[in-house]
Amino acid sequence: MLRFVLRRVLLAIPSLFGLLVLTFFLIRVVPADPAAALAGENATPSQIAEIRRQYGLDRPLYVQFAVYCAQVARFDFGESAYSHRPVALDISQRLPATLELTVTALVLAIVLGIPLGTVAAVHHNRWPDILLRVLSVGGVAIAAFWFAIELQMIFAMGLDWLPLRGRLSTDLAAPSTVTGFYLIDSLLAGRFDLFVDAARHLVLPAVTLSLGGLATIARFTRAGVLETLQKDFVSYERAQGVPARALIWKFVLKNSVVASITQIGLLFGGLIAGAVVVETIFDWPGIGFYTVQAILTADYKVMLAVTLLIGVIYTAVNILVDLVHGLIDPRLREQL
Amino acid sequence: MLVARKFAADRPALLGLAVVLAVVLVAMFAPLIAPYPQDVSVSHLLLRLKPPSWAHPFGTDYLGRDIFSRVILGARGALLIAVMVVGLAMLTGVPLGLIGGYYRGVAAEAIMRVTDVFLAVPQLILALALAQLMTPSLTSAMLALTLTYWPFFTRIVYAETRRLKSSLFIDALRCIGASGPRILFLHILPNCVSSIIVRATIGMGFAILVAAVLGFLGMGATPPDPDWGLAISESRQYLPDAWWFSTFPGLAIFLTVLGFNLLGDGLRDIVDPRLRRSR
Amino acid sequence: MNAAPLLEIDNLRLSIRTDEGVAQVLDHVQLRLERGRILGVVGESGCGKSTLVKAILGILPTATTIESGRIVFDGEDLLRLSERELAGRIRGSRIGFIPQDPYLALNPVFRIGTQLLAVMRWHAPLPAAGPRSGAALMRHHRARLLDILRRVQLPDPEDVLERYPHQFSGGQRQRLMIAGAIACSPRLVIADEPTTALDVTTQLQILKLLKSLADELGISMLFVSHDFGVVAQLCDEITVMYAGQTVESGPVDTVLAAPQHPYTRALLACHPERSAALTGIPGLVPSPLRPPPGCRFAPRCGHAIAACARRAPAFSAGGPRHLVNCRLVEAASEAAP
Repeated sequence: MLRFVLRRVLLAIPSLFGLLVLTFFLIRVVPADPAAALAGENATPSQIAEIRRQYGLDRPLYVQFAVYCAQVARFDFGESAYSHRPVALDISQRLPATLELTVTALVLAIVLGIPLGTVAAVHHNRWPDILLRVLSVGGVAIAAFWFAIELQMIFAMGLDWLPLRGRLSTDLAAPSTVTGFYLIDSLLAGRFDLFVDAARHLVLPAVTLSLGGLATIARFTRAGVLETLQKDFVSYERAQGVPARALIWKFVLKNSVVASITQIGLLFGGLIAGAVVVETIFDWPGIGFYTVQAILTADYKVMLAVTLLIGVIYTAVNILVDLVHGLIDPRLREQL
Repeated sequence: MLVARKFAADRPALLGLAVVLAVVLVAMFAPLIAPYPQDVSVSHLLLRLKPPSWAHPFGTDYLGRDIFSRVILGARGALLIAVMVVGLAMLTGVPLGLIGGYYRGVAAEAIMRVTDVFLAVPQLILALALAQLMTPSLTSAMLALTLTYWPFFTRIVYAETRRLKSSLFIDALRCIGASGPRILFLHILPNCVSSIIVRATIGMGFAILVAAVLGFLGMGATPPDPDWGLAISESRQYLPDAWWFSTFPGLAIFLTVLGFNLLGDGLRDIVDPRLRRSR
Repeated sequence: MNAAPLLEIDNLRLSIRTDEGVAQVLDHVQLRLERGRILGVVGESGCGKSTLVKAILGILPTATTIESGRIVFDGEDLLRLSERELAGRIRGSRIGFIPQDPYLALNPVFRIGTQLLAVMRWHAPLPAAGPRSGAALMRHHRARLLDILRRVQLPDPEDVLERYPHQFSGGQRQRLMIAGAIACSPRLVIADEPTTALDVTTQLQILKLLKSLADELGISMLFVSHDFGVVAQLCDEITVMYAGQTVESGPVDTVLAAPQHPYTRALLACHPERSAALTGIPGLVPSPLRPPPGCRFAPRCGHAIAACARRAPAFSAGGPRHLVNCRLVEAASEAAP
């Protein structure tokens, strides 16, 4: 099992390297004047010259690439033209917020989606199944930004059950940073009131973000369970007298989730895109909103750093997905 | 035809078809159906933010314009974007997929690598980045979306082409001297048509959704367009009192996308028998 | 012997709804298995043997209708029991099952130990003295399982429990199936063509194993097969099926030496060991969607009379304990004193 993990991680290195090369090309080679692009729209000629010197843009390409790799290794992504702070700092402050949101949404989608899909498959063509099929098609069709706004209207403005925006109430201070996840840090600091407040703020954004993923996971689980139910070992286990509950939720389910796990990997891209919208609407201080700002202001350094970051996270998620696959299906461990 | 009968038995798919047809009809006859067609541009400041009533079933917006009419008129823009995006994406993506799948060599490989890169980036982010490069307008949104969506067509056509390429009848055709382009367009392409149609239908829903997001963020349609996404964005500061302002355009987006998705799913069930739900 | 039979199937008729119509899969099926005996059920593919097995276990597809008949096991009509009762009291605990394809029957993502112990957890008999529940009980079951694995001649049972199905050969898997079937000490074991998926040498070993286990443990067995040769070696009694009907039944030696039903005769005559020329039976097996009325073999039978196509025949004696489902035999036995 350990060898499987190691092999999988090693395989990821070439793609990460490819990502480095790709981003390098995008920012250094593609624009007509990379220095101007990096300096930003309002840079003065002397600033541009300074950038040119700093990034070694007048040197040969392979030297530039070496400089680039060194910069990446130091987490030196330069300064954001918009915030005038080091990009690395901006990202490190904002990343935990987005991760907390994305992970919560993902957990919601999995914890609700898999059982819903299973129940639908078991009651194939009866009302739970039909209801789920409608919901899963609907869930994908809803515009996240609209759904977020409607939720805000109903639960925050109308019923006043949940807060409207942000990660914490404005009169509360964030817990001291250990992980950057407010839910964890507040518990670590023993501040249960902060925990509740952070959780309440997390509800609407996480629910909005999880919707598409929930629908997709439920759908794929349903398909997987339906397919597994046709298999011979299910009727054999039934003939052996394995009770229905254990049969479905243990023996059938483990066989059925492979497709859903793959979807989770793909889902991640959707979650990142969704985070952009959700963060904008709920004033969530994460990198999604940061990225939108960068795009709107043509802040290339930020865009570059974020691209690298997303690439790394993507690769990590894919490795994780493969590992979980290997955990579930022992036959796959020997293939890789 | 058996196909038509199977489709008719699939109620969600029929519902999807009905919705899509309804939206198409509404879009086509919008100026005739909308009670206040002039509200595309004319404001009635005395009628600002009126709740739904008989005169204005969906209420009025912040400039006093009838939301019901604007939603109907907005259908045109939505469908127009969807059709253009999907159409252009098909026109670029399908030939690229055919070439990439059929021919060996550097060009084909390059096409597929580029496709992979485009597919690796989340669509919305790509669309935003592209739209940003151009001045905000419906046209730029359309172009951005097209560039985001063509890889989907390329990928499925590529897969089909690869699969068919090694089949016997293609070999036979080459033996009798059929040329590459001829084989591609007369023989392989027809086999891909059903997958393409499914993809296109789902793409319509996707295009409308992402166009709405772009409109919401101000990267697509500009005022006074009756764009659904734009309307929701305009509505934000008047909530929750003027709840009708955001709710009805949003419902319009939802129903339209739902219709296309249901239709696409129904088509997919017919096209790919493995996924048939009858068992 | 006057003891009640362990399993008796009385006039079973069932049909299955398919896309093409209603298939009358089983028609007037009669079957009787005495305690401690091995009964072979023989017939061509499609004659309804597997459906019969599923009917006994209660795992028929949902589109099935039981039109009439009873399946009496140890005094109870299985057809009247609910799914819960079947899962709780009958399957695994009192009726064991050996499926046809051991590879497809095992869950690929769970270890052997996990799968077999899961069944034992619910159905294995509790020890006379000792733990009644919990981890201690599971340890007891596990020890018993290791014992059973040794009995089915699987080497290194500890290791077997830790492995996955794909790591075993065909013969080994079938031994696992046998172990699984007897693990809970059932009264009856139903084996559905257990040797079909195996090569001839392995087949022989498995048959020997089954025979020795049946003798040792006193298990009654219902052995379904299409192979007369295999049945001849293993079974005490035999019932022959054709197109959903049971046509002949009796002690295996009697039936094979002196078959009385035209179908049995024709079938045995086809066996390469019995005739020099390769013969077949002219005609095709009727489709269950459009079954012939009365005796379903009549259209192909060289000796059919008008009465054959009228109501389905019933078993009549063709000799001591030898029952035949044929108008001609009926007529002959009525004529004889």
